[in-house]
Amino acid sequence: MNIVVCIKQVPDTETRIELNSDSSGIVTEGIKWVMNPYDEYAVEEALKIKEKFGGKVTVVSMGPERTIEAIRTALAMGADEGILLNDPAFENSDSLTTALVLSKVLSQMEFDVILTGKQAVDLDSSQVYAGLAEFLDLPYVSVIVGMELFPDVKKAIAKRETEGGEKEIIEVSLPAIFACQKGLNTPRYASLPGIMKAKKKEIKKLGLPDLCLNPEHVGKTGSRSKTRKYFFPPQRKAGIKIEGEIPEATAKLVELLRGEAKII
Amino acid sequence: MPGIWIIAEHKEGRFKKITFELLSLGKKIKEKNKEEICTLLLGSNIENLTPQLGPYGAEKVFLLEDEILKDYTNESYTRLIVDLARTHNPSILLGGATAQGKDLLPRVAARLNTGLASDCVNVEIQDDGLLRITRPVYAGKVLMEVVIPDSKPQMAAVRPNIVEVLPRDDSQKAEVIKCKPDMRKDDLKSLLKEVLKGESKKIDITEADIIVSGGRGMKARENFKILEELADAFGEGTAVGASRAAVDSDFAPHDIQVGQTGKVVNPTLYIACGISGSIQHLAGMSTSKYIVAINKDPDAPIFQKADYGIVGDLFEVVPLLTGEVKKLKAEG
Ligand SMILES: Cc1cc2nc3c(=O)[nH]c(=O)nc-3n(C[C@H](O)[C@H](O)[C@H](O)COP(=O)(O)OP(=O)(O)OC[C@H]3O[C@@H](n4cnc5c(N)ncnc54)[C@H](O)[C@@H]3O)c2cc1C
Ligand SMILES: Nc1ncnc2c1ncn2[C@@H]1O[C@H](COP(=O)(O)O)[C@@H](O)[C@H]1O
Repeated sequence: MNIVVCIKQVPDTETRIELNSDSSGIVTEGIKWVMNPYDEYAVEEALKIKEKFGGKVTVVSMGPERTIEAIRTALAMGADEGILLNDPAFENSDSLTTALVLSKVLSQMEFDVILTGKQAVDLDSSQVYAGLAEFLDLPYVSVIVGMELFPDVKKAIAKRETEGGEKEIIEVSLPAIFACQKGLNTPRYASLPGIMKAKKKEIKKLGLPDLCLNPEHVGKTGSRSKTRKYFFPPQRKAGIKIEGEIPEATAKLVELLRGEAKII
Repeated sequence: MPGIWIIAEHKEGRFKKITFELLSLGKKIKEKNKEEICTLLLGSNIENLTPQLGPYGAEKVFLLEDEILKDYTNESYTRLIVDLARTHNPSILLGGATAQGKDLLPRVAARLNTGLASDCVNVEIQDDGLLRITRPVYAGKVLMEVVIPDSKPQMAAVRPNIVEVLPRDDSQKAEVIKCKPDMRKDDLKSLLKEVLKGESKKIDITEADIIVSGGRGMKARENFKILEELADAFGEGTAVGASRAAVDSDFAPHDIQVGQTGKVVNPTLYIACGISGSIQHLAGMSTSKYIVAINKDPDAPIFQKADYGIVGDLFEVVPLLTGEVKKLKAEG
């Protein structure tokens, strides 16, 4: 089994976000960067597949130089190889354009399964896997909380979370893309020997020329959706703490909900 | 023929509320761009649903009915929607940021090679015909404004409960255009085999108007019963939610988890019981219209975001609250 995992490096969700002077993006200095939490489930699932069927796990990420750290984390967990897609021209790509860049390298590789996270927690798009599916002409199952492979018949069964606690069982032909949700597995921590080994593993770096891409088709120019600006939401102000004995306070609350908030 | 296209969503013979929300949004857009509002309705045995669309603003309904469409898959639905869009070139295509919409719209956008804004909290049309779309990013800490200037249709996945449903006008009827889907099971690479039902809940938290949510402070699974009772007192449209700490401690199922790794909810009223108010929890509920916090720690961060707070033991407050709500409801 050849398994490819697409990962993204994102700010740790605890990190404070500041906007740059022209509000075109966030201040990237002083941020703690981590592997997108959902991508950890994807890496873990890839390793489990490899443990069961043998094969190779390759991690691919498009991003700035610092993304190497996220790739190293995946290698330390046990992935075999890493590829960093890095070129100034890729900056500010939207989801579809990101998928285009990723698809260029994937189309040169052999794979049976592609794993991604269900969303990157920076821009929360949940689109990249769908774009990949289109460029590579593959099926995908999103928001999966379970999967099983049947390599001899080139099929997989995946369990997908929908709404109201409902789950769909979907059969797809391989190769296919799976976008992972929490609950799929418990990602392992990198062991110390794993971290040592990861230092020696190869991380290939590819740029625009290596992928035969036209600079017009990537980055902000190539993107169909354009970000105009970022801004902070109106801050919720702390409201009223209702004082007094609990029974009175509760009665007061209900009164406020009816009177001011017009609920009930 | 341009147009404002809306993907209808239905389940078990009923439209989801998002369908009417999208139609209402469509009407607002139409005020400016004067284009026709068309609804795409896919499924099997659904023709009887079509009369409900006109009164909410649909002028045309593309009805795609076939046994093969009984079960949604992104593959089959994408193919049919894209074929229609290629024929008619709508300028705008809207869907819900629901489980189905989030799975479907990105694939439609990719195939049409156009832009899609996910999980939008505001969509307005400008004089130049461009949608100005707002969506939360970085766990809701920041908002982003997006436009899709160079490709058609402009696509947006709109969060449920963001748009107010405009009153229906029963004199309005939509023209129904039946399209015969040309598709065979053998053509498809993915197939829905089975649906596993969840614990039967009245309503999904993403659609709820009032959410009563419990955190680690609930201490045990059984105790969620008092939240259920409060939810029942509020009546229809109310659901019970949970923090991740409550879910991880197995007090509540994962599908009612609110927050960054759970669901994003948007109710009129969110009541947080024994929830501290972590960044990741807030990411899922901070756009609620009213937030009530019940927490015994006066310094809990949730009070910084709550419109109304009671400092106290939830096991005392919640049952009293249930009583008060019941009393009011009884008074009518
Ligand atoms: C990547 C990532 C993703 C995450 N995603 C989510 C997510 O989607 N959703 C989410 O909720 N969390 C998420 N978390 C976890 C989050 O950081 C917090 O740990 C979690 O929200 C805490 O839940 P809590 O408020 O229920 O528990 P706690 O923080 O332990 O708070 C419990 C509260 O209950 C109060 N309390 C206790 N007993 C009583 C009583 N008898 N009466 C009244 N009050 C009482 C306490 O004063 C306290 O404030 C995520 C974390 C990470 C790192
Ligand atoms: N720049 C990137 N490089 C590699 N994989 C990515 C990148 N961006 C997104 N992905 C993958 O696509 C998933 C969904 O991301 P998104 O569509 O951006 O929410 C992520 O969880 C990753 O697995």
